[in-house]
Amino acid sequence: MAKYFHSVTLDESKCRGCTNCIKGCPTEAIRVRQEKARIINERCIDCGECIRICPYHAKKAITDDLSCIFDFKHKIAIPAPTLYSQFAPEYTRNMLLNALKKIGFDDVYEVARGAEFVTEATKKLLADKSIKKPLISSACPAVVRLIQVRFPNLIDHLVKLESPMEVAAKIAKKKAASEKQINLSDIGVFFITPCAAKATSVKAPYESKKSSVDGVISIKDIYLKMLACLDRLKEQEQLLQAGYEGIRWANSGGEGLAIGTDKFLAVDGIHNVITILEAVESEKIMGVDFIEALSCTGGCLGGPLNVENVYVAKTRIKKHVDDAKAMDKSDLLQDTYNDNIDWTEEIEYTPVMKLDDDFGKAMKKLEDLEKINDGLPGLDCGACGAPNCRALAEDIVRGMAQETDCIFKLREKLRDLSIQMQGLGNMPSYAVNEEHEDKSK
Amino acid sequence: MKLHYEIPANDLTYAGEASSSVKKKLVQLGIDPALVKKAAVSMYEAEINAVIHGNGGFADVEVSSDRIIVTITDKGPGIPNIELAMQEGWSTASDEVREMGFGAGMGLPNIKRYTDKLDIDTQIGEGTKVTITVEFNKRL
Repeated sequence: MAKYFHSVTLDESKCRGCTNCIKGCPTEAIRVRQEKARIINERCIDCGECIRICPYHAKKAITDDLSCIFDFKHKIAIPAPTLYSQFAPEYTRNMLLNALKKIGFDDVYEVARGAEFVTEATKKLLADKSIKKPLISSACPAVVRLIQVRFPNLIDHLVKLESPMEVAAKIAKKKAASEKQINLSDIGVFFITPCAAKATSVKAPYESKKSSVDGVISIKDIYLKMLACLDRLKEQEQLLQAGYEGIRWANSGGEGLAIGTDKFLAVDGIHNVITILEAVESEKIMGVDFIEALSCTGGCLGGPLNVENVYVAKTRIKKHVDDAKAMDKSDLLQDTYNDNIDWTEEIEYTPVMKLDDDFGKAMKKLEDLEKINDGLPGLDCGACGAPNCRALAEDIVRGMAQETDCIFKLREKLRDLSIQMQGLGNMPSYAVNEEHEDKSK
Repeated sequence: MKLHYEIPANDLTYAGEASSSVKKKLVQLGIDPALVKKAAVSMYEAEINAVIHGNGGFADVEVSSDRIIVTITDKGPGIPNIELAMQEGWSTASDEVREMGFGAGMGLPNIKRYTDKLDIDTQIGEGTKVTITVEFNKRL
C-alpha cells in the first residue's frame, strides 16, 4: 500500500478549478493548480467535506464495487447502523437486513453489535484511573487522522480500541469459520459504509497492520438494489443482533450515551470538532471524561456516501432505536466476544505544517512568509488556488507558488510594467531613426 | 524572530488571538508539540489577564532556536499583592467576567505551571509586565 492512500479523490474531467473545496477543507489540503484541484496527500484526513461541497461532483470517494464480493466463497455484509436510517419507516430493521443479505451475501452481521463490545471495553478504560482523561473516541477515522496531523498532544487521549467495524468483522469471520467450517481465506467481510474515511482506514489502517474487512461498499451504491429486494421480500429470517445502544452510535452522541456517564461531550462537524479539540489541548474544558467527536455534521448519519438527508435520517434512526428498546433482548442473536480489541499499532504525529526540518531554515521561511503575507491583499479570495492569503504566502516559501499567482499582485505588476513601457515608448529614439535613414539612402 | 501584537481591552471576543497566532508559528517552525503547548497555554493566560484586568496592552514575542520569550505589557491597575495573585483560585475578576467562564483565579498559577521562567513587574496605577520564558531544549 502506498504511504498515503486516500479514498477521497478528484475526477479531473469534472473539476472546474473553482474555490469551493479549497475554502472548506479543514486541513488546507487542497490547492487549485492549472485549473484543477490538487489534494496534498499528507494533509488530507478523508473527512469528505470536499465531496459534500463540490457543486460539480468532481470529488469522490473510492469504494469497492459490489462485484468484488464474488472473489470470496462466503460473503458477509456488515452494515453500519446508519444504513437503517436511509429507508422509509415502514421497513423494519430485520427487513432491511434480509434485503441486504439478498443482494448477494451469505450472511449479515451488524456493526451496531460490534459497537456494543467497544462500549463495554471503553467503560473499562474510563474506570481506569491511570489513563489520561478526557478520553477521545477513535470511532471516526477522520478525527483520528485530524489528531495525527494537528493535535499531537491529544494522541495519548485516544481510545485505542478497534472500531465497531473491525470488531464486527472479526466476530463475523470467527463465527462463520467455526459454525460453518469454512476456511478463513474463503470468507469475505464487506463493510456497508456512509463514510469515505472508513474506506481509507480499511485500505491503510492505523490501528493494526491489516484490517479484517475485505471490502468497503458505499450505501449509495447498494441503495437501489436493496429497495428492489425490499419490494420483493416475502419471507424473513431473524437476523437482529444489536440492541438500541449499538444502533444509536449512528447518531452524534450515541456512543457517549452508551457509555453511561454524564461527563461526556459530543461534537459533530469537522470545524466544530477542531474548536473543541483546540480547547481540550489547551486544557480549557473541565469536568469531561469522554469526548465523542465526529467529522460529519449529524455524525455518521451525515456521511457523504448516504442517500438520505441527515435530518430525515435522524428521525428515522430514532424509530429503529425505539423499536429496539421495546424488543426483548432474548429475541436477539446475541453472542459474547472476549478477544482483546486493543490497537496493535501506534499512530505518530505527522508534522505537516512544519516549514523545514532544519530550524534555521524554517525560521527564515517563516520570516519570509510573514513579509509576503503582509504584502498580500488579505481578501482570502482563493483566486490564486490557495484557501487564503496566508496559505499562498506559505506555498510561496515552500516553492510551490509565486507572488504573481495573486491576481492583485499580478495586476500591480502589470500596471508597473505598463508604466515602464509607456516610459520607454516616449523616449526619443534618434539612433534608430538615423540608422533607418542611412539605410534608405 | 520578533512579533508584536496589540491586545484589546475588555473585549473577550478577540481574546486569545495573539497566542493562537504564535502557536501556529511555533508549529510551522517544527517545535516539539509539548513545548508548543506550554508556550501557547501560558501566553493565552497572560493575554486573557491583560484583557480582563489590564485594560489591554500589547504582546512582544521573541522566538529563537533555544527559547521563546513572551512579554505582555498592560496598562492596568497593577497587582497589589503578587503572592495572593499566585494562589490558585484567588481572583479579582468581576461577576460579569466570571459569567463568561473566565476569572477562576487560575491565570497566574497556570502560567507558572507551564513556563520555565516567569517574571512579573508590576507598578500600582501604571500597569504590569509579565515575562514568560519557555526553553526549547529542556524536555518536560
